[in-house]
Parts: sequence; structure tokens; C-alpha cells
Amino acid sequence: MDLRSPLATVRGLGSAKTGTTHWWMQRVSAVALVPLTLWLITFLDMSLNAPFADTLTWLTTPFNTVCIVAWIIVAFYHAALGLQVVIEDYIAAEGIKIIAVWAVNLSFLFLGLAALLAVFRTLTIG
Amino acid sequence: MNTFWNTTMASNSSRPTSPHLQAYRLPLTGIISITHRMTGVMLSGGLLFFVYIISALAGGADSYAAMQDLLGFWLFRLVYWGFVYALFFHLCHGVRHLIWDTGKTFDRKTLDRYAMIELGCSLVLTLMTLIFV
Ligand code: HEM
Repeated sequence: MDLRSPLATVRGLGSAKTGTTHWWMQRVSAVALVPLTLWLITFLDMSLNAPFADTLTWLTTPFNTVCIVAWIIVAFYHAALGLQVVIEDYIAAEGIKIIAVWAVNLSFLFLGLAALLAVFRTLTIG
Repeated sequence: MNTFWNTTMASNSSRPTSPHLQAYRLPLTGIISITHRMTGVMLSGGLLFFVYIISALAGGADSYAAMQDLLGFWLFRLVYWGFVYALFFHLCHGVRHLIWDTGKTFDRKTLDRYAMIELGCSLVLTLMTLIFV
């Protein structure tokens, strides 16, 4: 028999107020990614095929720099949010699950920061 | 949490179970759904390539040329076009998720029709990229 009150058994399991945030941010980032992704295709095509000077000049225009910074922030955030759901769905063991989610979030934070740093460096070599 | 799980979920055998994947043929929407998840995971891996590309550009003309050299290899070209197709497929089905979130288009006929539309759109977008970009 459980002597704890129903309230006591749910305390500490998480806030009731922020339960939809993760899901909602996945949608917000998805909407932003629709136009940004079409832009990204141009960047990828130039990087793989165009001469160095052309790509650099193109990317360092204010419009394109803003686009790539926005793409990096939104895409890496969206990827981390999405991978977290996949992990939570397939890993049942609580400890491993938490470590995996943290590892994914930190990895994508660092990858995103590395990409942003690279963008800032392109602004100084021109 | 564990007591909840044990008493409510596992021991109550009259609850509906998930379709058994070896006995039940997934409908088109089910196949597309798991593909959306797989492309999401693969695209996340593809972000590593993106970090490499932008870092090579930031490194100057030499590292940029080395990057173009490496990614020009046919195997990486194949990976690249796989990435583009996965991206467009994920995008098209993502848009449908957003439509679903409005609470509409859940009936059987519409599901199948939209499935064909998004498969067609992702193919057309990839071909357009191949031809025009
Ligand atoms: C490089 C770009 C992208 C990456 C790395 C990425 C990654 C992911 C991942 C890993 C998931 C989780 C999959 C799952 O839970 O089944 C996901 C879900 C999702 N993605 Fe993306 N994605 C990208 C672009 C996009 C774009 C352009 C859209 C456009 C609408 C989009 C819309 C969605 C939506 C709506 C979900 C939620 C699906 C669900 O609730 O089951 N994603 N994404």
C-alpha cells in the first residue's frame, strides 16, 4: 500500500506548465526552416561547385550572412529537439536515456557554435 | 512512476497493443511516418558535413579547395543528393504535420491523397535542384 498522497507521487516529475514547450518549439522551428532550407540549397550548391572568391563574396553580403546565422540556430535547435524525442521513444532505461539526451543537446550546441564561429571568420578574411 | 507503469500498463492485457510489424503491413502513411523519422535522424548526421563545409570556407582558399576536392568524390556526391532528397521529403512531410496540427485531413482518403502529393513534391523539388541550381 502506498501511503503517499496522489500529489506527492507526481511532485518532482516536472512542471505542468511547460509540457507543451518542446512540442511547440519543434513546430516553430519547422515553420522557420521551410524558407531557410530553400535558401540553404543555394549555399550548398555554391560551396560544392563555385570558386572560393565567389562563394565568399556571396555569403558575406548582409542578407546571406543573416540567412546562414538564422539557418544554423534554427536547424541545430530543431535537430536537437527532434533527436531528443527519438531517444525518449526508444530508450527505456531512465539513466541511459537522460545521459543520451544531454549528450545530444550538448553535441548540437557545440556543433552549432562551431558553425557560427566559422561564419564570423568568413567576415574577417574577405 | 514505476508502480504506475506496472499496474496500469503491462499487466492489463486487454489494452490495445501496437501493430506487430512482422504481421501487419503498414499503410502508406505509416511508411511515410517512419521515413520522416529516419530522414530527420540522417539529416541531423548530415549537419556534420555542413559544419565541415562552412569551416573549410572560413579556413581560406586552400582548405576550401581541399573540401571541394574531397566532396567531389562520387560517393560523397551520392551522399549529397541523398541529403537533398531526404531534406525535401522531410520538409514536405513536415508541412503535412503542420496541416495535421490544425486538426484536419485525418480521414482515410485525404491521407492517401496527401501522401502521394508529398512524395511527388519531394521528387519534383529534388529534380528541379538537379536541373536548375
Ligand atoms: C536539416 C534540417 C532538419 C533536420 C536535421 C531535422 C531533424 C528532425 C528530427 C531529428 C526530427 C525528429 C523525428 C521524429 O520525432 O520522428 C524532426 C521532426 C520534425 N521535423 Fe525536422 N529536420 C529538419 C528540417 C525540417 C524542415 C525543413 C521541416 C519543415 C516543415 C521540418 C519539420 C519537422 C516536423 C514538423 C517534425 C515533428 C514531427 C513529429 O512530431 O513527429 N524539419 N526533424
